[in-house]
Amino acid sequence: MSTATPEAAGASDVPIIEISNLNKWFGAFHVLRDINLSVAAQERVVICGPSGSGKSTLIRCINRLEDHQEGSIVVDGTPLTRNLKNIDLVRRDIGMVFQQFNLFPHLTILENCTLGPIWVRKMPRQAAEEIAKKFLDRVQILDQAAKYPGQLSGGQQQRAAIARALCMEPRVMLFDEPTSALDPEMIKEVLDVMTGLAESGMTMLIVSHEMGFAAQVADRMIFMDDGQIVEENTPDAFFNNPQSDRTKLFLSQILRH
Amino acid sequence: MFFRDQGEMLPPRTAPITEVGLVGWLRINLFSSYGNAALTLISLAILLLVVPPFIDWVLIKAQFSGDSGEACSGIGACWAWVDQRLGQFFYGFYPAEAHWRVNVTAILLVPAILYVLVDNMPGAKFGRWFSYVYPLLAAYLLVGGFGLEVIQTDKFGGFMLNMVVGLTGIVLSLPIGVLLALGRQSRLPVIRLLCIAFIEAVRGVPLITLLFVAIVLLQLFLPPEVSLDQLLRVIIMVTLFASAYMAEVVRGGLQAIPKGQIEGAQAVGLGYWQTMRLIVLPQALRISIPGIVNTFIGLFKDTTLVIIIGLFDLLGHARLLQTNPDWIGDVDHEAYLFSAAVFFLVCFLMSRYSVSLEKQLSKDRH
Repeated sequence: MSTATPEAAGASDVPIIEISNLNKWFGAFHVLRDINLSVAAQERVVICGPSGSGKSTLIRCINRLEDHQEGSIVVDGTPLTRNLKNIDLVRRDIGMVFQQFNLFPHLTILENCTLGPIWVRKMPRQAAEEIAKKFLDRVQILDQAAKYPGQLSGGQQQRAAIARALCMEPRVMLFDEPTSALDPEMIKEVLDVMTGLAESGMTMLIVSHEMGFAAQVADRMIFMDDGQIVEENTPDAFFNNPQSDRTKLFLSQILRH
Repeated sequence: MFFRDQGEMLPPRTAPITEVGLVGWLRINLFSSYGNAALTLISLAILLLVVPPFIDWVLIKAQFSGDSGEACSGIGACWAWVDQRLGQFFYGFYPAEAHWRVNVTAILLVPAILYVLVDNMPGAKFGRWFSYVYPLLAAYLLVGGFGLEVIQTDKFGGFMLNMVVGLTGIVLSLPIGVLLALGRQSRLPVIRLLCIAFIEAVRGVPLITLLFVAIVLLQLFLPPEVSLDQLLRVIIMVTLFASAYMAEVVRGGLQAIPKGQIEGAQAVGLGYWQTMRLIVLPQALRISIPGIVNTFIGLFKDTTLVIIIGLFDLLGHARLLQTNPDWIGDVDHEAYLFSAAVFFLVCFLMSRYSVSLEKQLSKDRH
């Protein structure tokens, strides 16, 4: 497999994720409707919207944690179909961070991080541990490497989860409400790590309600409601001059309290 | 307003005597309330009523020598048969000149088990391999061939027979049970239905019926020139029976694993079998340990059913002793008590191991 680095991808207007006419149903419920979205390499896209609007489902489709019924998703040139090989290829390119961390509680933080490199990338243990330590250091929990997830605070666990995803050296990172399950005083440490990641040029798709963070790192804002993209805008325009009435209502509701 | 300065912070004091040490332990555990105190005293009374007479019967007034029931006094237990019959209780009718083969198998069993159950044993890498090879080695030693005299399995008997059937069943029923449990959750309908059908069919029938099927009916379906060893049939049936129960125990564990664990593994890029082996099963089996060991213990006790194919296990030999003209009527309690004690010892060891394993694993996590 070619392991092109983000730098090698060259110009940042090359789309790395290309979603067209995506439709998805949960049983009879039409959860994603005619989604068209293309994300360029090194771009940071923040997706927000009320709960049930389909934003989590959308990013879960991108690494095939959910399958879709209509339309196409192409990641780094690989179309997502039932083909298991393609799914494996795409998942190697994409790291994901979950609301509930989803760390493996029976493994230490270090083992959580080396699992993918050893079993998926087939690296020798020592090399995997070096990579793991590098990224654990980057999210500033190297000193917790020998502990189990249950011994860490929520913020530390989420940073470990980010390190785990980074250890696969992905080209894209997906974040599914990464701070929603955290105590308020721990949100900042996770957002700081994510900001650092954004500054390093990582392509990021982030479902989040942290509007201050979004304004700071996003290249583009997407607002979803009822399974569709209602507004797509630059952060500046999105927050100061939203076009859709639905967006205005949403922003007024979450910003007012 | 109230505040303490650094120097005014209260240092910890020693706990009152009612909370720590022997007095504390007694108060908290045995006399914490009137009800608890009453239960403690009643239990003590029952123990005093039962234990001394039992010891008196089993040991103090017991008869240890003699050649037949004549020697038994009737006031205490009669252990006069032990020196005659202990060999049969453990080896059955296995030829005496080959008892060493059973002994060697039994001795080698110790490291084979330890290398599987205990972490950080010296030479673990080699030891693991020894554990994997051990079943073949044991089969070779017990049955023979390749230079060793062949001993037919109908010569197997006594406690050795219980161990052979029980351990084979234990070793095989866990992996088969795990596969059945995974199959029952499979997204492929054919596999799922097959697994459900197998589990429900086997669980819905008494083990003894399955054994009869294996002994009597199976031959009807097999070509006449194929004859499957009787003991092998029993082992297969006992294993399949335990596997069905095991599958349900493991399924309970699988269901307790949050979906996020599988998604986390998928997001890292692990495939189905890697996800199961590295992420789901280690957690699911850990939760299932009490149920798994429970199934093992049940399986081990079910090995006494080999009596229906005419093999005499430990319990079978206890019965033989009771009906022997020399001993008839004199050693009924003793023979059963002895068998019960041996079974209890093995089952109790399994139970203790499961408890210590649970403790160790829960310590790892926190």
